[in-house]
Amino acid sequence: MQKKSLDVWVGMFVLLGAAALLFLALKAGNMSSFSFNPTYQVTGKFDNIGGLKPQAPVKSAGVVVGRVADIRFDDKTFQANVILNLDSSFQFPKDSSLKILTSGLLGEQYIGISPGGDVKNLANGDKISSTQSAVVLEDLISQFLYSKAADSGGNNNNGSNNGSSSGGK
Amino acid sequence: MSNLVEIRNLKFAYGERPILSDLQMDFPRGKVVAVMGGSGSGKTTILRLIGGLLTAQAGSITIDGTVVDTHDTDGLYKLRRRMGVLFQNGALFTDLSVFDNVAFPIREHSDLPESLIRDMVLMKLQAVGLRNAAYLKPTEVSGGMARRVALARAIALDPQLIMYDEPFAGLDPISMGVTANLIRNLNDALGSTSILVSHDVDESFSIADYVYFLSSGKIVAQGTPDEMRASTDPYVKQFVNAEADGPVPFHYPGKSLADDLGIGEKVRAAL
Amino acid sequence: MINAIGSLGYSLRMWLTNLGYATRMFVRMLGLSFGLLRRPRLITDQIHFIGNYSLVIIAVSGLFVGFVLGLQGYYTLNKYGSEQALGLLVALSLTRELGPVVTALLFAGRAGTSLTAEIGLMKAGEQLAAMEMMAVNPLQRVIAPRFWAGVISMPILAAIFSAVGVVGGYIVGVRMIGVDEGAFWSQMQGGVDVVKDVMNGVLKSVVFGFAVTFIALFQGYESQPTPEGVSRATTRTVVIASLTVLGLDFLLTALMFN
Repeated sequence: MQKKSLDVWVGMFVLLGAAALLFLALKAGNMSSFSFNPTYQVTGKFDNIGGLKPQAPVKSAGVVVGRVADIRFDDKTFQANVILNLDSSFQFPKDSSLKILTSGLLGEQYIGISPGGDVKNLANGDKISSTQSAVVLEDLISQFLYSKAADSGGNNNNGSNNGSSSGGK
Repeated sequence: MSNLVEIRNLKFAYGERPILSDLQMDFPRGKVVAVMGGSGSGKTTILRLIGGLLTAQAGSITIDGTVVDTHDTDGLYKLRRRMGVLFQNGALFTDLSVFDNVAFPIREHSDLPESLIRDMVLMKLQAVGLRNAAYLKPTEVSGGMARRVALARAIALDPQLIMYDEPFAGLDPISMGVTANLIRNLNDALGSTSILVSHDVDESFSIADYVYFLSSGKIVAQGTPDEMRASTDPYVKQFVNAEADGPVPFHYPGKSLADDLGIGEKVRAAL
Repeated sequence: MINAIGSLGYSLRMWLTNLGYATRMFVRMLGLSFGLLRRPRLITDQIHFIGNYSLVIIAVSGLFVGFVLGLQGYYTLNKYGSEQALGLLVALSLTRELGPVVTALLFAGRAGTSLTAEIGLMKAGEQLAAMEMMAVNPLQRVIAPRFWAGVISMPILAAIFSAVGVVGGYIVGVRMIGVDEGAFWSQMQGGVDVVKDVMNGVLKSVVFGFAVTFIALFQGYESQPTPEGVSRATTRTVVIASLTVLGLDFLLTALMFN
C-alpha cells in the first residue's frame, strides 16, 4: 500500500483541475465583472420594455453600474415595473432618467441611466419617474408610413387648395 | 450441541437444473469432514450455501445454532467473521502483497495497531511456512505458495469454521502433503471445525475424521475413511479405486455408437 | 413473425430487469458510501488511477480540439467578417459542450474500460467472493470508492480539457492566424457567463461522471467470468456509456440553455 506518494499526485491533480476552472472563470468568463459589491434597489416604470431581460446591465456613460434584478407587470397602471440593483459605490441624483437602449444595431438591450441635476441622491427603494421605453420596430415602421402618408396627403391638399387660397404656408 | 454445522432437507437448483436435493449433513465440532465426489456432483455448491453466497430453495443450514439467512445481511456478515474460506485458486488480492493479503481481514475487522497486526500476520505466515515471502506480490509466488498464503489469510482471525474448496487440485506431491498436514494441524491447534471439499482420495482420507460421498446432488455413502475403504457400495468402490467405469458412466449419455455410425439397425438385427 | 415479437418481448423484459437490478445496486452503493467517509484513502487512491492516468490523453485531446476550433472557427467567421468573435466561439463551444461531452467519451474509453476489466477479472478470480466471505462488502470496499473517484475526476478532467482547448484556440487563432489578441479575450469575457456556461458545463460533467463510472462498474460486476465475457463487458461499457452521454447531453442542454 503506497501511503504518501499517491496522495501527492492526487493533490496535484485536483489542484490542476481547480486551476483550469479558475482560468475559465476569470480569463474566459465574465467573472471579473461579477461583483459581490453591495447594491441598492430603485424601480422604474416603462410603457414597453422591448427585449429587456433580468441580469441585463445598467450603464451610465457606457460603464456598467448595476444590473436589472426583476421585471414585473403592474396590472393597475398596465406598465412594466423594472427593479434595478445599482452598485452602492455609485450615487445618482434623484431626478436621473432611464432609457432602454440597444447595444449595437441588433444586440442585447440594456438600461442607460442619465444623471439629473438634483442635489439629493437616489436611495434604496426610490422610484425613478422619468423613463423612456424601448424602441419597438413595428411602431417605428408604422410611424414612418403614417408620416409618409401625411406628407403626401398634405401635398395633395395644398395642391388642390392652390386655386382657392394662397394662405396657410 | 455437538455439531457446529447442520444441514437439513436442503434443496438447491440453478434455475431449472436441480443440483442438490434433500440433503442431510452433520459437521461435528473439532473434526475434519471431507465432502467428496466427482466433478459436478454439487460439492462446491454446498460450501457456497453454507457461506451464504447462494440461497437454497428449501431446507436450512445452521451454524452454531444460528440459521444461515441470506436476506439478513448483518447477521450473515456476523457469521462470516467466524468463518475462513480457502478458494480453489487462492483468490488472493492481486494488487496487494502477501503480507497485506493476510492482514486484510485483521485490518477490516479490528482496530488493532499496526505493530500488533504485523506480529499476527508474520505468525500466520510462519504457520504455513511463508514468513520470508511476506513482501512478495501474489504474481511472484508459485501456485502452491499462493494457496498457502490464502490459507494463512483464511485463518487470520482464528475462525471457528474453515472451509477448503479443492485445496489439493493442481499441486505437486510435496505441496499436497504439506497442505494436508497444515489442514489437520491447524484444525487441531485452533480447535476449529474443517470442511474439506476434494476429489483427492489419498490425501483426504489421511486427514479426515468423516467422509461424505456425493453423486448427482445426493449422498450415496458416508462414514469414516476406513469404513469407506472397506465399503462394498459400487459408487464408493469406483471412486476409491479410481475405476474408469461403474455407477458413474464414462460415456456422456445419449445415442449408442452403432446408431451414430448409422448401422444401429443392422447391429440390433444381428443380436 | 410471432417468434420475432416473442423474442422482442423477451429482450425488452431482460432489458427492464437489468435496468431495475442496476438501479437497486446503485441505490445500495450510495447507501454504503457513507461508511467510506472514515476511509477517504480508498477514494483518493482510485482518483489517482482513474484521474491522473487520464490526464495526458485529456489534455492532449483538448489541445488539438482547441486547435481545430480555432482553425475551423476562423474560416467560418471570416465569411461574415466576424473573426473577432473567434475567442467567444472557441470558449463557448468548449465550456458548454465539447469539454464535458468529449471528456466523457474519452473517459469512457480509457478509464471506463479499465474499470470494467478490473472488476470483471476480480470477479473471475473469485476475489470479490473471497472478500464477501471475509465479511467485507465488495460493493462498499471495491465498487463505491471507484465510483466516487470517477465522479470527482470527471469535472476536473472536463475543466482541464476546456481550459487547454481555449489556450489551443488562442495559439492557432491569435499566434498563427493573426486574430487580434485583445478582441479574442474581450469578446470571450463579454460573452461567456460564469454561471450559465462554465458552471453548467461543470454540472454536465458531474452528471456524465455518475453515468459513465457506474455503467463501467456495473458491466464489470455483471460480466461472465471468462475472457470472452470480460471482452464483451468492456465493449458494452464503451457503447452504452457513449450513447448515454450523448443522450443525457441533449436532455441537459435542453434543460439548461432554455
